[in-house]
Amino acid sequence: MKKSVFLGTLAVAGLAAGFASAQTLAEVQERGALNCGVTTGLTGFAAPDANGEWAGFDVAICRAVAAAVLGDPMAVEFVPTTGQTRFTALASGEIDVLARNTTWTFSRDVDLSFEFVGVNYYDGQGFMVPRDLGVSSAMELDGATVCIQTGTTTELNLADFFASNNMSYEPVPIETNAEAQQQYLAGACDVYTTDASGLAATRATFEDPSAHVVLPEIISKEPLGPLVRHGDNEWGDIVRWTLNGLISAEELGITSANVMELAAGTENPEINRMLGTEGELGAMLGLESDWLVNVISSVGNYGEIFEGNIGENTPIGLARGLNAQWTDGGLLYSPPFR
Amino acid sequence: MATYTDPPTESFRLSQLIYDTRYRSMTIQVVAFILVMLALVILARNVVINLGALGKDFDFGFLFNRAGYDINQRLIEYSNDSTHGRAALVGILNTLLVAFLGCIMATILGVFAGVLRLSNNWLVAKLMSVYVEGFRNIPLLLWIIVIFAIMTESTPQPRDFRGEDAEASMLLFDSVAITNRGIFIPAPVWGDGTLLVVAVFLASLVGIWAFRRYARKRQEATGDILPVFWVSLGLFIIPTLAVYLAFSAAIARDQYPLVAVGAEQGMTLEDYVAENRNPAICALPSTAGVNLSSALRGLDQRADILRVGSAAELQASVASGDCIIAAMPPDMVDEFTGAVDGVEVATLADTVDRGRPLQFERPQLAGFNFEGGVQLRNSLIALWFALSLYTGAFIAEIVRAGILSVSRGQTEASYALGLRPNRTMNLVILPQALRVIIPPLISQYLNLTKNSSLAIAVGYMDVRSTLGGITINQTGRELEGMLLLGLFYLLTSLIISGVMNIYNNSVKLKER
Repeated sequence: MKKSVFLGTLAVAGLAAGFASAQTLAEVQERGALNCGVTTGLTGFAAPDANGEWAGFDVAICRAVAAAVLGDPMAVEFVPTTGQTRFTALASGEIDVLARNTTWTFSRDVDLSFEFVGVNYYDGQGFMVPRDLGVSSAMELDGATVCIQTGTTTELNLADFFASNNMSYEPVPIETNAEAQQQYLAGACDVYTTDASGLAATRATFEDPSAHVVLPEIISKEPLGPLVRHGDNEWGDIVRWTLNGLISAEELGITSANVMELAAGTENPEINRMLGTEGELGAMLGLESDWLVNVISSVGNYGEIFEGNIGENTPIGLARGLNAQWTDGGLLYSPPFR
Repeated sequence: MATYTDPPTESFRLSQLIYDTRYRSMTIQVVAFILVMLALVILARNVVINLGALGKDFDFGFLFNRAGYDINQRLIEYSNDSTHGRAALVGILNTLLVAFLGCIMATILGVFAGVLRLSNNWLVAKLMSVYVEGFRNIPLLLWIIVIFAIMTESTPQPRDFRGEDAEASMLLFDSVAITNRGIFIPAPVWGDGTLLVVAVFLASLVGIWAFRRYARKRQEATGDILPVFWVSLGLFIIPTLAVYLAFSAAIARDQYPLVAVGAEQGMTLEDYVAENRNPAICALPSTAGVNLSSALRGLDQRADILRVGSAAELQASVASGDCIIAAMPPDMVDEFTGAVDGVEVATLADTVDRGRPLQFERPQLAGFNFEGGVQLRNSLIALWFALSLYTGAFIAEIVRAGILSVSRGQTEASYALGLRPNRTMNLVILPQALRVIIPPLISQYLNLTKNSSLAIAVGYMDVRSTLGGITINQTGRELEGMLLLGLFYLLTSLIISGVMNIYNNSVKLKER
């Protein structure tokens, strides 16, 4: 008896897993919450605030998708993942979307069978050293001990950088950003390397940020973006166009303050299409017509998210740089809503 | 009157499978077996279907692809150009290293703590109880992290050793440095005459073995007890040391000439390195290289030592420019006068000592870190200590149980014969206790080996961190990687328990 129950459970679980890939949207709506994979804690990008609420640049993507799909930006279950566990979590269906400053690479896209839906931050790998070490360029790092988060592209970039410049180094592999920070501050490594944005975020949490410098060399391209599983294109489209919506909203001047006003109808047909007063864009995605209104009213547009979490007025203090709109000389360029 | 019954003529009926006690248990076993197999088949099918749905195939080809990442602690040659398979091998060796060191230290700690816990000295017994209960009842991961944190936070950074009035200084005549990146100890370098010294050492080991045999025979025959320990210790040290010192006295001061690429004949070393800063050097024998490197350090230069094994290798390294200063025996210099394969070389005015049969290369502060010597990384030490202390606490309890299992009468009988307490322990109690101790000890060794997979917590690159961590992450081959990892731990465990079972058979009670 017990055995047959066990077998039955197994069989049902097997069937469920087989079907799961094609209907993420229905599953999320039925569950009433979005499972979103984030980092285990990187200030400005994804970290619990003083009240235990997750907040940050990547978290805003999760909240935006939840607002689009469920109409409620708070309906998100955050799943903290490490560099090592994130892909397994996404592949196994434990999370619906991974927004964890993950670099878009060929092999992750093709071989690991994930779908990167866009780029929410153009980044590059940099080095941080204590100021009193007197190092001003990454070319002076021959023989240095380098703390590095294991299981990331930074590990490979680092090996390539030192090999191509004929320098030696000693890698100290670390599992999470918090541990790396502790090791770096204790002086167990001379250099900490990760994406420049991550370095800025980490430095902001130090007691004395000015005692550390980020070296000028950026040794890699790191386009960071949210990703979903292969095989459910409808779900991929939803996440992609939510991200594009945030970017377009900034370009068209839609903000969380004026979105309600604009949703009543405007002269600009593209704004009308986005906010659902014209056309059927929401229905094509299988969502409500006011999906983007929900998104922008709850998290704001891309510029608001950037300034609120990692911008120049926050402790992280990142400039827009490559992440400005294409009209301002940056790389952000959303396809049209048409 | 004889009663006569017909033998049962009816043939086998299907219902007998259930109602006949002769067949029932067999039926139940067969059904259960089929169900278990069915469950496994469904699980396997499920995996295949789901992998198919994710578009993943099952392929071990990734093991032959370029790994692309670096590993800090490697017992064999490895660079980021090596394959994932090689990276896994580096990880396997690191796992085996920490497991081996851990098993030895855990056994020593455990035996001491177990014996001392039974001590009549109240303080010693209670201290051991605190150790055992403290380590046994707190998770291993916590201990690993605590020990690691203590080591990184409470020891000085390499740069604290720098400067005139440095905050930290090296120990033992400037040969050992304890830093928060690990402990740097001198590395042995073999010179001329090493073979002789090693041969003498091996011969003295044979001598020790022969002496112990003789001493045992003599004790059995006459009852006299020879001072086995002191004689063994003497044999262990004195002949080797004597040969080493004699050889050193004979050759260590021999002066070996230096040949430098692009130098003028008779230039001093100081003038040469003023133009060629931080030169790459090579030497025959290697000890001359160590002497040359310390001479260079005196001139504020950092030498990059290239190891060469033979005269031909030395010549090739000079010709290819891999090293620009070479130290060599005087009779080899002739081959180096003028030019080597078109490279202009000349002999310098300075010479270096030939070196002793065995020398130690001291770690020296250079650049960001200490260089030379052997670095015992903090991650290795933390993992090793934590595993040993944790497993040692369990072994202590096993040893205590083993000792308590030997009847008190044995001790009393041995005291009555006039044996002193430590002889009683070594000759009477422990040999009997071993029969009880060994079987559970095997599973502690297995535990220690498997627990070493917690290494990633402190960044120790064991097989779980290389094959099961970075490789899986870079290639996305979770299933294959985890299967290989499981297979490795399974095989290692089976080998350990196989070896320990052989030992167990040799100490267990022989029944005839």
